[in-house]
Amino acid sequence: MHFSSGDLLRLGSIGVLTGLINGLLGIGGGTILIPAMVFLLKKEQHIAHGTSLAVILPTAIVSTVVYHANSQIDWSLALKIALSGMVGGYLGAKLMEQIPATSLRRIFGIFMAAAGLRMIF
Amino acid sequence: MLIYLIGLGMGILSGLAIGGGTLLVPALVFFVHVPQQTAQGICLASFIPTALVAVLTHLRQKNVDLKLAFSLTIGSLVGALVGSTLANHVDAALLKKMFGMFLFYMGVYEVLRSLQKRVRP
Repeated sequence: MHFSSGDLLRLGSIGVLTGLINGLLGIGGGTILIPAMVFLLKKEQHIAHGTSLAVILPTAIVSTVVYHANSQIDWSLALKIALSGMVGGYLGAKLMEQIPATSLRRIFGIFMAAAGLRMIF
Repeated sequence: MLIYLIGLGMGILSGLAIGGGTLLVPALVFFVHVPQQTAQGICLASFIPTALVAVLTHLRQKNVDLKLAFSLTIGSLVGALVGSTLANHVDAALLKKMFGMFLFYMGVYEVLRSLQKRVRP
């Protein structure tokens, strides 16, 4: 795979945007990166997922270091969330086949929009 | 106890491939009453161990386009430095509103995509 200068500009912009979202809002950035890879770079779904995580991991580490330097990480809470989150992640993956993801996604989309509005006003 | 329940719930959502991370921040702000920046810092830090395991799994399954990941990471690290520095220097109330706008947009996007009955990338 050879990158032209246009590709490099595109990849650079997608990368910077992902990092900005990650650092500024503290969330993964996969929400930007995965659709960008699928629609703009024509990557297959599973490659986009794997590659996105490989980009976000070092990005999240850098953001974490900056937040830590600014004393904004409660490590005790983070550890509790990480541990219970792993148990939940395992359960969620197991439940995946039994739960209609589409309707669940719709319900949580409404939750997200409502929580978003609550945070704005 | 509440913190473990939040972690478990968000983990289940992540495992179901429904953005758990995005709801973790408002959950911490509303129920644990931590400042916006701290919620984001906890979210970033707690994401690292899970992401590490996920990246190793994806690497083993050859789901990572290494050259693409590397090109995107250069930009995303720059973005992360800028974004997280910015996040730690703006007022918590303003950051909360910015996060809210992003969350609202994400929620609407999730609902619209679920209505299209297509698998989200």
